[in-house]
Amino acid sequence: MNLTGVGASPGTGQGPAFIVTVSVPEPPEGATYTGEADQEKQRAADALQQVAGVLELRGDRAGGQAGEILRAQAMMAEDPGLAVAVRSFIDQGIAAPRAVYQAFARFRETLAGAGGYLGERAADLDDVRDRVIGELTGHPMPGIPSEPAPPDEPGGAPRPYVLVAHDLAPADTVLLTKDLVAAFVTEKGGPTSHTAIVARSMGVPAVVGCRGATGIRPGVRVRVDGTSGQVQVEPPPDFSDSRSAGPEAGRSAGSGVGRSGGDAWAGQVAARDTGGPGRTSDGHAVPLLANVGGQSDLDAAVAHGAEGIGLYRTEFLFLGRSEAPSADEQRQVYRAALEAFPGRTVVVRVLDAGADKPLSFLPPSGGEPNPALGERGLRLLRRFPDVLDTQVEALAGAADGSSAHLMIMAPMVATAEEASWFAGVCHVRGLASAGAMIEIPAAALRAESLVTVVDFVSIGTNDLAQYTFAADRELGTLGTLQDPWQPALLDLVHRTATAASDNGKPCGVCGEAAADPLLACVLVGLGATSLSMSPRALPAVRVALAGQTLGQCQLAAQAARGMETPAHARAAARSELPELARLGL
Amino acid sequence: MPERKVTVVAEVGLHARPAATFVRAATKAPMDVTVAKVPGGDPINAKSILQILALDVRQDETIVIKAEGKGADEVLDELAKIAGSP
Repeated sequence: MNLTGVGASPGTGQGPAFIVTVSVPEPPEGATYTGEADQEKQRAADALQQVAGVLELRGDRAGGQAGEILRAQAMMAEDPGLAVAVRSFIDQGIAAPRAVYQAFARFRETLAGAGGYLGERAADLDDVRDRVIGELTGHPMPGIPSEPAPPDEPGGAPRPYVLVAHDLAPADTVLLTKDLVAAFVTEKGGPTSHTAIVARSMGVPAVVGCRGATGIRPGVRVRVDGTSGQVQVEPPPDFSDSRSAGPEAGRSAGSGVGRSGGDAWAGQVAARDTGGPGRTSDGHAVPLLANVGGQSDLDAAVAHGAEGIGLYRTEFLFLGRSEAPSADEQRQVYRAALEAFPGRTVVVRVLDAGADKPLSFLPPSGGEPNPALGERGLRLLRRFPDVLDTQVEALAGAADGSSAHLMIMAPMVATAEEASWFAGVCHVRGLASAGAMIEIPAAALRAESLVTVVDFVSIGTNDLAQYTFAADRELGTLGTLQDPWQPALLDLVHRTATAASDNGKPCGVCGEAAADPLLACVLVGLGATSLSMSPRALPAVRVALAGQTLGQCQLAAQAARGMETPAHARAAARSELPELARLGL
Repeated sequence: MPERKVTVVAEVGLHARPAATFVRAATKAPMDVTVAKVPGGDPINAKSILQILALDVRQDETIVIKAEGKGADEVLDELAKIAGSP
């Protein structure tokens, strides 16, 4: 099938058709929910907030008149009157998507009835409503695709779409990139239409005024000639050979990591580990290390291409015993870890007992109604210096004659004085590299002085979140406060990393936060010099990092820190790192 | 209760950018803030963009803004200034 329109942006492009939908289906009347009303309300509130965040962000990026419309739309999503209406519908037993629909309808009628300017705002309101409902129902968000089509053959590259629409509004086009769009086709519009202008500025072919285009079946291959205005649906195969010569060629060069470049590399992302050292696309090295808590983790770390160990937890040696293991026994276990990574970094954390890991031979000095704030980690070891000294002696013995680079760190360090004491114990035993975990806000706030007395620092995001937000890690109801995207937590990471960098000291991150590919890029942007995570998380993070420049990571970090909520921070970072969506991360 | 009466002079009325600026400023206020058309209109929540738009205040129309509590005068002054800007 061939269609003809007006060529509005030169060049040819092809890809699977993506028909831009104008609305999500209306949630069925009378839909109810199971579970608690409060949960349903929270679900609705989260969706509204998420949509507001996205719109606000797009508004900031778009600027001008489009930006004003988008920011006004963000305000609509956050409207207090709307929120009240949604909650009251949910109280009546109505499911969140339908409650949202009905709440919007209340306001919509008033606006639409006025006509003119307010009538147009009703269309804006519909757009917001559809986005919120889409968020709640998992229905694809109205509007544009957020990531390219999956590869059409194993090992192939993700494919940008041919975007087909009646017309595209500024809101639809703000976030589009060449990674997502191979060409535009619209039924309406002329050579000076919004779509045409955007397409030309992106360097993407476009055909406008193409009647019948929205009748194209989603997903079928479409070839667009933006010079002649020809649109071919399912063109003969000989055209498809030109695909790799399209806009992808330049991009592949940028994402190559000195390994198999281009399409093959991108295609491997979801399937398997590409291996190799962690680095950004512009060659900034970020060692990707494994969190290890026992022998079986060692094997997994090696299997997933860890460049070393970033957090070796030693508790497994001590738990369930009536007395501490001997130096000899410990030495043998540590030796196995060092031998697994010859020539590489192995960061061992000394015993982190107390709190949720009590040991009979290291009793706290008194009753602890609040063990997380009690004698744990280094605090406990200072009361039992022999236990620490035996462990340090065993570590020094294991490192003797090993090619691995052993680094030792202390948990639960609050002050530079504590860190200094610990470094002294290690240095006396001949261990050159002694560091401190940063997991107490005080340590992060005074990182400038702390980094001068240790050889490195490593940020434990889990505990740092718990202590920064005074939110128990074990309490699911406080989950939002433990979200590693909390801007306050990002601030502390940034502060610590900057202090370390100013003093020429490494600053790793070894919490679960590093296992999130998007957040991993942000942590690097904040200044983390290495990332340590569960071994199985390594491949995705390695691939994510290889798709960004250090500068992009820094911009994403800055954008995230500029936000006020975790959801906004996440959205802000994602919009700075569009490559991640292309990689399916 | 402290209040300000102000006539909207902007050509677009209390819509578009003025409406957004107005609501943003009102949202920052710690207390409830209401707006009503003069004379005799029902007060609506000044922190709701949807209610402000629906109020449909046009050029040369007058509104009354009300707020009560600590800092209310400052809030009202700022809002009146926004609403009264050309």
